[in-house]
Amino acid sequence: MRGISHPTSGAVGEFFSKRLSMTMKLAVYFLTTGLTLLTLPCGSFTEVPSKPSGTVTVLPPVHPAGGPQAFPNAEKSDLPVFAMNYSRIQVPFEITLWVLLASFAKIGFHIYHKVTFWVPESCLLISIGLMVGAIMHAVHEEPPSVLSYNIFFLYILPPMVLDSGYFMPTRPFFENIGTVLWFAVVGTLWNSIGVGMSLYGVCQIGALEVQDINLQENLLFASIISAVDPVAVLNVFEDVSVNEQLYIVVFGESLFSDAVTVVLYNMFTFVAEMPVVETVDVFLGVAKFFVVGLGGLAFGLVFGFVASFTTRFTSNVREIEPLFIFMYSYLAYLVAELFNISSIMAIVTCALTMKYYVEENVTQRSCTTIRHVVKMLSSISETLIFFFLGVVTITTEHEWNWGYILFTLLFAFLWRGLGILVLTQIINPFRTIPFNFKDQFMLGYSGLRGAVTFALVFTLPDHIVRKKLFVTATICIILFTVFIQGISIRPLVEFINVRRTNRNLDTINVEVHSRLMEHAIAGIEDICGQWGHYYWKDKFMKFNNQILRKILIKDNQAESSIVALYKKLELQNAMEILDTVSEGTSTAPSVISLRKEKGPGKPKRKFVAADLRKMHDILSKNMYKIRQQTTEYTTKHSLPNDSHTKEILIRRHGTIRRSLRLRSFQSPTLSGGGYPSAPRSRIGQPSRSSSRVSLPLRRLDTLTEVSSSAGVDLVDERSGGRGRAGGRGKSRLNSSSSDSRVPAPPCHFDSSEVFHGNRDSMPEQEEPLSLSVTWAEEPSDHDDSSTQNPLLRRPRWNPVKPKNP
Amino acid sequence: MGSTNSTLSKIPNVEELMRETGFSPAHIVRLYDRFESLDKEKTGHLRPEDFGAINRLAMNPIGDRIIGAFFSSGQDTVDFHSFVRILAHFRPAENNRPRDPSLPEPVNSRISKLKFAFQLYDLDKDGKISRAELLQVLRSMMEMQVTEEQLESIADRTIQEADLDRDDAISFEEFRKVPLGDTLTLTQQRVASK
Repeated sequence: MRGISHPTSGAVGEFFSKRLSMTMKLAVYFLTTGLTLLTLPCGSFTEVPSKPSGTVTVLPPVHPAGGPQAFPNAEKSDLPVFAMNYSRIQVPFEITLWVLLASFAKIGFHIYHKVTFWVPESCLLISIGLMVGAIMHAVHEEPPSVLSYNIFFLYILPPMVLDSGYFMPTRPFFENIGTVLWFAVVGTLWNSIGVGMSLYGVCQIGALEVQDINLQENLLFASIISAVDPVAVLNVFEDVSVNEQLYIVVFGESLFSDAVTVVLYNMFTFVAEMPVVETVDVFLGVAKFFVVGLGGLAFGLVFGFVASFTTRFTSNVREIEPLFIFMYSYLAYLVAELFNISSIMAIVTCALTMKYYVEENVTQRSCTTIRHVVKMLSSISETLIFFFLGVVTITTEHEWNWGYILFTLLFAFLWRGLGILVLTQIINPFRTIPFNFKDQFMLGYSGLRGAVTFALVFTLPDHIVRKKLFVTATICIILFTVFIQGISIRPLVEFINVRRTNRNLDTINVEVHSRLMEHAIAGIEDICGQWGHYYWKDKFMKFNNQILRKILIKDNQAESSIVALYKKLELQNAMEILDTVSEGTSTAPSVISLRKEKGPGKPKRKFVAADLRKMHDILSKNMYKIRQQTTEYTTKHSLPNDSHTKEILIRRHGTIRRSLRLRSFQSPTLSGGGYPSAPRSRIGQPSRSSSRVSLPLRRLDTLTEVSSSAGVDLVDERSGGRGRAGGRGKSRLNSSSSDSRVPAPPCHFDSSEVFHGNRDSMPEQEEPLSLSVTWAEEPSDHDDSSTQNPLLRRPRWNPVKPKNP
Repeated sequence: MGSTNSTLSKIPNVEELMRETGFSPAHIVRLYDRFESLDKEKTGHLRPEDFGAINRLAMNPIGDRIIGAFFSSGQDTVDFHSFVRILAHFRPAENNRPRDPSLPEPVNSRISKLKFAFQLYDLDKDGKISRAELLQVLRSMMEMQVTEEQLESIADRTIQEADLDRDDAISFEEFRKVPLGDTLTLTQQRVASK
């Protein structure tokens, strides 16, 4: 949420912006209250026994004089000019209002940043629900009974699960799939059975008056409250830069515990109706569990592949491309429901499979649309559930049983903690990086319950005698975990997460250099590639490249990482803008500034402690984090944040452009020793490098370099008016006066000399030219040695055609 | 493993390589597989654009410099031996064994890692990190919203702290003195565990 901070003109600006935000806040709150109040009188109509809709007659009723009437008692109602028929639209209307209200509330929260920082969104949503519930209760209203079993499972749950599945970070997930499934599946089972048994034991204690709850019902209840929803915790994890494994375990846990819970729920509901449970049934239950899980997986895969295959042919119907994604996922869900296998597994697997292939086949806009719609739908679902939770808390009558509820809370925590400990002990030997106690604590503490738990308990069949007790207990545990754990996790995590070095003692030097080293190490790791237990991954990737991609992706080229990356980050549009904008700007690099940069040293500044502290702040806030943390993280309430990556890549792109253009300006008279060969190679280069014409690149035009002789080479300023475009632009120019390295053997102009002779040069200018997208290299283009960044598109109006060698 | 031996036999001078770098045969094999997968055209050499195809490296703020470090000796291609030699810098150091001072400096000692890092800064290879070079690195590592003045003051401060002989640049000797101990050891483990 940190935008570019434009320094406002002093205190006045700040004062006004504060004022503005205050007024906006007030406006939002008035609006929300207004809407709430609006729902009430509308709701009151439902209580009134159905009358014929009020009519306002304009003409006085006319009785035909003397004529026989077919139904002597019927009134003749006249044509209503103005009528209100609320009951017809009641349900959609109220739902819409609720969603709108919650969305306004979200806007309201984000106005005041501190709130969202400390309080997770689920808390806020529940609070709003509580408020609305309180109002409704005061007016003696009933919430519309829309939340039924079918509505929940068929309409509300799928978007939420689709969202989790679609935005699941696949690489860490598959690398840690064993751990994730272990904690999620086995953990949930452990929790359910443990809590169920203990509660059953507690029920035997006469004093609590709960003896009528038998084992099956206890197990059912226990399985419901084992559904974990640690989404609120993920935000905190991201900010604290917890390690990737922990993050993905928590993320995966939220998803798969839902799946397991639903399966258990269905199983136990069925079992709860049976008077006696025999051992055979237990074995059947276990078998069913596996069938259900694996069946869901299989269905999901099938639908995923079919969907990918379909999108191969959708280039002519681009507007409805997103539709296919949604329809196929939903279909997977429904078909799985048809056969009573795990629909959550089906839809998740479908989303995972589809995502990879579909995002390559489909246009960028459809990609964006899909992502946004998925997020939107899941947001609606979740909002509705939490809202409902809040309202129901106040408006239904509760059955309060201190003993049972307290024991529930106690056992829930106990078993979760125990479970994490035991499970970690068992799985640590299999992991390269074992979980330490800090990790385990965070895992245990992230066991928040959420929307699914509530919905499941609310839709329990009515033949469960103590349903009200269960509802009350569930609401208690949800409120407890969400509010107390949700709010306290951030301070706790920061407390536990002791920084390795005390910041005050670090010098600026250490911070800068250590960050550089970390980046370097990360880079080396990336060069080394992923080792280890990735036998299956390699096998799969081979299979993928040879067979699957050919079938499922249209115009398949060799898998191209950089372009896929650019596309994924939707940078292509940005690049276009960059290219077009820069055409209009000005001229040659200022040679003067080059000299100034190398001028005599400035008088040394003295830095006071305050300066140092500020510098530390700047460094810690603004240095790019290591790559793991910039790309993978995603939360339930927002789209993945890849702005840093975009910045890095756009910057690279800018420097590539600039350096390519600049080469045309360089004259042999340029200062600086060590450039003797530079001008020659530079001039020689453009013609050669412009040979890459019209490679079959999807959706990018001819990639050629702006030919030097065109004379339209212009230095582009930094994209998008960043604060220091001027200063940086200039110094970048200086450094970009270096030549580019031509890697190919034929173009081997003293390249070593050039490389070494570069003063002020950033390899960024040199390497990126060579770092052009290799995807574009069809094997036949082998001889085309010079490098092209395919994203340097020749502007369309540039009349100069590149010369082919 | 049978496949290890067969792969090893494909690599010329592999024993010398192993001795020089300290990698185990299994590591060498893995590196060779990686080398081959990067070398898409099977030329036996890697060029800068092969490195550039690594997605995650492109997203690294200093990715280009790292790639440059592989090509630092002036060639434009990297063969397997050089590839391994450079990566050997990052093998975790065995600090426990007392070093025999008469032996040459091991490839993966702390010093050589620092040298590598120094190379990332010092592009013109003059043995010093000038203020301008430092500024460039800082710029690439910081987000867009940091102003030029802030960057310059950070660079000034960095030089001030480290520059002992007052030549307004950081030489390798001065760079060595920066207490970077933690970062080096902890991060090495990550490479090793892979």
